[in-house]
Amino acid sequence: MGAFILRRLLQAIVVMVSVGFIAFLLFQYVGDPVLILLGQDATQEQIRQLRADLGLDQPFFVQFWHFLLNAAQGEFGLSLRQGAKVSRLLGERFPATFELALVAAVLALVIGIPMGVYAALRRGSFLSQVFMTVSLLGVSLPTFLIGILLILIFSVWLGWLPSFGRGETVQFGWWSSGLFTLDGWLHMILPALTLAIFQLTLIMRLVRAEMLEVLRTDYIKFARARGLSDRAIHFGHALKNTLVPVMTITGLQLGGLIAFAIITETVFQWPGMGLLFIQAVTFADVPVMAAYLCLIALIFVVINLIVDLLYVVVDPRLRVAKAAGH
Amino acid sequence: MSNLIARWWDGDVAYSFRRSPTAIVAAVVGLVCVFCAVFAPWVAPHNPLDLTTLELSDARLPPFWMEGGSTKYWLGTDDQGRDILSALMYGARISLVVGLASVLLSVLVGVALGLIAGFRGGWVDGFLMRVCDVMLSFPAILIALLVAGVARAKFPDAGASVAFGVLIIAIALTGWVQYARTVRGSTMVERGKEYVQAARVTGVAPWRIMLKHVLPNVLGPVMVLATIQVATAIITEATLSFLGVGVPPTSPSLGTLIRVGNDYLFSGEWWITIFPGVMLVLIALSVNLLGDWLRDALNPRLQ
Repeated sequence: MGAFILRRLLQAIVVMVSVGFIAFLLFQYVGDPVLILLGQDATQEQIRQLRADLGLDQPFFVQFWHFLLNAAQGEFGLSLRQGAKVSRLLGERFPATFELALVAAVLALVIGIPMGVYAALRRGSFLSQVFMTVSLLGVSLPTFLIGILLILIFSVWLGWLPSFGRGETVQFGWWSSGLFTLDGWLHMILPALTLAIFQLTLIMRLVRAEMLEVLRTDYIKFARARGLSDRAIHFGHALKNTLVPVMTITGLQLGGLIAFAIITETVFQWPGMGLLFIQAVTFADVPVMAAYLCLIALIFVVINLIVDLLYVVVDPRLRVAKAAGH
Repeated sequence: MSNLIARWWDGDVAYSFRRSPTAIVAAVVGLVCVFCAVFAPWVAPHNPLDLTTLELSDARLPPFWMEGGSTKYWLGTDDQGRDILSALMYGARISLVVGLASVLLSVLVGVALGLIAGFRGGWVDGFLMRVCDVMLSFPAILIALLVAGVARAKFPDAGASVAFGVLIIAIALTGWVQYARTVRGSTMVERGKEYVQAARVTGVAPWRIMLKHVLPNVLGPVMVLATIQVATAIITEATLSFLGVGVPPTSPSLGTLIRVGNDYLFSGEWWITIFPGVMLVLIALSVNLLGDWLRDALNPRLQ
C-alpha cells in the first residue's frame, strides 16, 4: 500500500520535471527574454549585464534548477504582453475555469449515469435508441459548434439565456465566484452544458456498456435466484460495480474538461485561464504559455493520484492484491 | 485492373459493405463532399477567392428559400458578398488537404517509431513508450495549440506556406502516439513468430525483416485508426482555425468560415456560420461511420 503510493508519487514527480523541462526550453529558446526586455538597439554591455542579472550566463542545469525552484513557488516571471505577473494573471482567472469545469463535470455525471443505466436496462426501447443516436452525434460534433448552436437557439432565437461572460460575481478574498448569484448561474448554463455534452455522452456509453457486462455475471444471476427485487439488483449490485471504470474516466476527463474549456471559454468569452492561454498563443506570450502548461500538468497529475488512491479505497480486490503483491 | 476490382467486389470486405446501409450512406455523403472539395474550381458556382467578382450590394443575402434570397446564391452570402456554397467547397478542400496530410505524417512517424520500438525492445522501447505516456496525458488540442504558439513566437512573420506546415505538424504531433502504440504491440507479437525467425536464420537484414515481413502484417489496425483519425484531424484543424491559430485567413478552411460567421450570429445572419458547421459535421460523421464499419469488417472475430 505504502510502496504503491510512493511509486505513484515518484512517477508524478518525473512527469512534472519533464513538463517543467519543456516549459524551460520554451523560455530559453523561444523569444530571447533579453532582447524582448531591452529592445533591438541595446549595447553589448547592456546585454551582458542583463544576462548576468537574469542568471542566463550560468550553466544549463543550474539555470534549469533555478527555473524549477521558481516554478514550484508559482513564479513564472512577467507576461510579455500584459506586463503583469503571470502567477497573478492565472490566479485571477483560475476560479472562473474551475467553477465552469466543476459544474460541467457534475452535470455530466448527474445526467450521464441515469441515461446509461436506462439504456442498459431497457435495451432496444425507443428512448434508448434515441439516447444512443444522440450520443453518437455528441461525439461527432466539435465542441465549438455545440456552443455556437446553443447560443443561436437559446440566446439569439429564444433570447432566454446570456451568451457572454460570467455575469455578476461575488468576491471571497481572491476567489471570485459566480455560484452565489442568479445572474452568475444564468451565465453558467450554456457554457457548462457545452463543456458537459462530450463527457456526458462518454459517461453514458461507458455506464451502458459496463452495466450490460455486469448484468451477465453469475452473482447477478445468483441475486435473482435469491429473489431480490429488481431495484436492489440493478442499483445495489450492478450499478455499484460499474462505478470503478466510470470513476477512472471521470477523473481523467476532469483534466480534459479544463483543457476543453479553452474552446468553450473562447466561444462564450468566459474570462477563465483558457481564454488567457488562447490570447497568449495568438500573441506568442511565452511565460503565460509555459505557466499554463505547468499548471495543467499539475492538475492532471494530482487528479491521477487521487483516482489511484480512490481505486484502492473503492475496490477491495485491489487492496488484497496490493497487500499480497508486497 | 478490372479483374482486381471484380475480385475485391466478391471479397469479404465488399460483401459486408453491401450489407451495411450505414456504410453505404456514409460513403455516398463522404464521396459527395470529397467530390465537391476536389473539383471546387469547376463545380462551385462562384469563385470566393477572386475578389473582383464580389459585389458588396450582394452582402449578407439569406439562403434562397428565405425572404430576400435569390437562386443566384443558393445558401446565401457572407459579409463581403461571397457565395456561401462556393466558399464551403473551397473551404472543405483546405480542410481535407490539411486533415489528410497530417494523418499521413502521423502514420509515417508513428508506424516507423512503433516498428523500431517493438522490434528492438530494450531502452529504445522504454524511452519511446514513456514519451508516449507523457503525450497521452495531455489533450491533443493543447499540444497542437502549444506547437502553434511556439511557431508564432519563433517565426513572427512567416508566410502562408509556413503556417500550413506548422499546422500540419501540430496536428500530426497529436496523432502519432496511437499508431506507435498499436504497431509496437503487434510488432512484438509478430517478432516471436516462426516466419520472422526463419528470415533471421537465413540472414535477412533486420531493417528488411521489419519493412518486408513484419510491416505488412501489422498494417490492418493502422488502416482503421487512420480512417477515424482523418475525422479527428479535420475537427482539430477546424477547432484551431476557429480559435484563430489555424490556416492563414487568405485561404479560409471550414473552421475559418465558422469563425468569421460567428461574429454575425447576433445580427441574425445564422447561415454564414451554420452551413460550414453542417458541412464539417457531415464530413466528420461520414468518415467516423466508415471507420466504425471498417473496424468491424476487418475484425474476423465479429463475423
